Amino acid sequence: MATSFTTLSGAAAPYLEENVSTNVISVQKPHGQKSDTDDPRDELFSGLRFDENGKERPEFVLNRPEFRDAKFIVTGANFGCASSRELAVTALADFGIRCVIAPSVGDIFFNNCFKFGVLPIILPEDDVLALAAEAAPGAPSTVFSADLVKSELVTPSGRKLAIPLPAFRRQQLLEGLDEVELTLRRSAEIAEFQRSASERQPWVYGLAPTPNEG
Amino acid sequence: MPKTLFEKIWDRHVVSDLGDGFALVFVDRHVIPEIAAAQVHRLKAQGLTLKYPQYTFGVSDHTVPALWAALKNPNDRQNDYTKSMKAGAAEFGFHHFDVDTPDQGISHIVAAEQGIALPGTTLACVDSHVCTVGALGGISWAFGASEIFHVLATQTSVLRKPPTMRLNLEGAPNDSVTPKDIILYLIGQIGAAGGLGYAVEFAGAVIRDMPMEGRFTVCNMAIELGAAFAVIQPDDTTIDYLKGRRFAPAGARWDEAVTDWRTLKSDDDVRFDREITVDFTNVGPQVSWGISPQDVISIDDVVPDPAEETDSQKRYAMEAGLDHTGLVPGANIEGTPIDWVFIGSCNNNRISDLRAAAKIVEGRKVADNVTGWVVPGSLRIRAQAEAEGLDRIFSDAGFNWGWPGCSMCGGQGNVFTERLKPGIRAVSTINRNLPGRQGPGSITHLVSPPMAAAAAVTGCITDVRKLGS
Ligand code: SF4
Repeated sequence: MATSFTTLSGAAAPYLEENVSTNVISVQKPHGQKSDTDDPRDELFSGLRFDENGKERPEFVLNRPEFRDAKFIVTGANFGCASSRELAVTALADFGIRCVIAPSVGDIFFNNCFKFGVLPIILPEDDVLALAAEAAPGAPSTVFSADLVKSELVTPSGRKLAIPLPAFRRQQLLEGLDEVELTLRRSAEIAEFQRSASERQPWVYGLAPTPNEG
Repeated sequence: MPKTLFEKIWDRHVVSDLGDGFALVFVDRHVIPEIAAAQVHRLKAQGLTLKYPQYTFGVSDHTVPALWAALKNPNDRQNDYTKSMKAGAAEFGFHHFDVDTPDQGISHIVAAEQGIALPGTTLACVDSHVCTVGALGGISWAFGASEIFHVLATQTSVLRKPPTMRLNLEGAPNDSVTPKDIILYLIGQIGAAGGLGYAVEFAGAVIRDMPMEGRFTVCNMAIELGAAFAVIQPDDTTIDYLKGRRFAPAGARWDEAVTDWRTLKSDDDVRFDREITVDFTNVGPQVSWGISPQDVISIDDVVPDPAEETDSQKRYAMEAGLDHTGLVPGANIEGTPIDWVFIGSCNNNRISDLRAAAKIVEGRKVADNVTGWVVPGSLRIRAQAEAEGLDRIFSDAGFNWGWPGCSMCGGQGNVFTERLKPGIRAVSTINRNLPGRQGPGSITHLVSPPMAAAAAVTGCITDVRKLGS
């Protein structure tokens, strides 16, 4: 089972960088090296949140008192681009950020979100900028809430925005359905596809298994 | 309704339409590098089986040492990852191109070389440069680790149907221009987000006249354009390349296949969502100066000046690039001293690449201050190069001659094998120049194999045309 997502409320950290790659969201460590600390929350943006000595950089948004427990991140275009690292999504979820609001995100990152109960909300750039302004530090009440049952995002000022999401993705998040379980329900369809495709194109599907010699 | 080549292949593979533009798509061939071996073992843990082992191919490439450890002790080329993949392959009955089996190599090289990737088919792999094999006229995609498990368990992927784009590469580039220069120049022209989210078809005279190996180099960097898929219409070049390959159809099936492949093309009257034409007539050898693949100039150009850029976002990105590479705006890029040359990676380590580099190296020596590595893409390529004496040309010049693997392509990307030390300036034939791609704090200049060879023998970034050939 995957993690389900129904509602979420909390602060939204504004971080309007563009093209934030998965390697920045979750820094890749040399092979075999474990995380420096035992706290899974420290994984997220570790290269930006901590200096070389492991001390917090106070200026980084997630280290500011208002955003230490942020549940949302409002960010720039193409968030989660480059490598297909799933750890970028788990690092966000482990930190407690279960919703990413951006003008666009990397395709693979988008797909990975649903495996770990993270809701990606893709909105026009102007909307994202307006949300970031509402999220800014010092705003009187910075609580955002997302309700996937109603497909609605409510901002601190009470504005309501529809959450655009493909129906099957919404269902997947609401029920916490593992994607493999979901697809395995279609096993008969898949087998039938393979059977008829083998008839149409034996040169593609007629391969015999060739386990290694010896 | 007229369709693009991509759409024709897509339509053939839709198992179910999931609505909102998503579909469950059948995976004809699944290539799994050994770093993902754990996913194979998860099958058993969850009581699932691999339904179609004949469509599944394991590879050992990411974790396999190419040089230092490999030369000291060949056994070190095996490790927990390769052993785990070997065990998984034995258990589920699929083929594994393991270390030191004769066909081992980098995933996307092996998939082509062995006839696993075919025109009109789908191929999935966890490594994002799987777009390479789209050059054969099929569609291929990459994904995260748990998607591997989805493919193993179901032989399908959930995909969003992308918009389509055709890139027409026209003109008659001169002889000193390689496929790597073509793709670098193209990314420089349309930008690293120029193909973002599109299924891109590379077309035009430049592609039609390009040999198969060059087409792989071009498609390999489609991901550096942001493209979701890359494809090239199969033609005689494709068909000649595939004939006789181990997993390609043979006998009567070959003839049936060829008949089908000849029908695979975008309809004449089809409209792509976007179409761009770029002229390559006056392009020279390219070199990257920053930290994005779009940060490229011709070797005889000067380093661009951020002060002249009016868009503040772009200016900031340029400054960040120059900050990392330490180049000076307005200075010639030619003549920049370098420390390291790496000729390798699935972008540029096929036999034609090695021949082109060897031609420049022959009769010359690697400069004193430079370390040079040549890492072929597969054992087949390595053997071919040795049969042609290319290894001797490289070794005599002072290059290290390696064993196939990702090696120094993924110093950051895969973190498993050889890496550059901080501050080292490398001229490399790889596909990414993100900061630290070849090791934290290292600097990468992307070039073609002949340009890399020229840098190695002169000790600085050099216009290969001045060395003659
Ligand atoms: S050589 Fe580099 S890009 Fe190619 S498969 Fe290996 S790590 Fe990926």
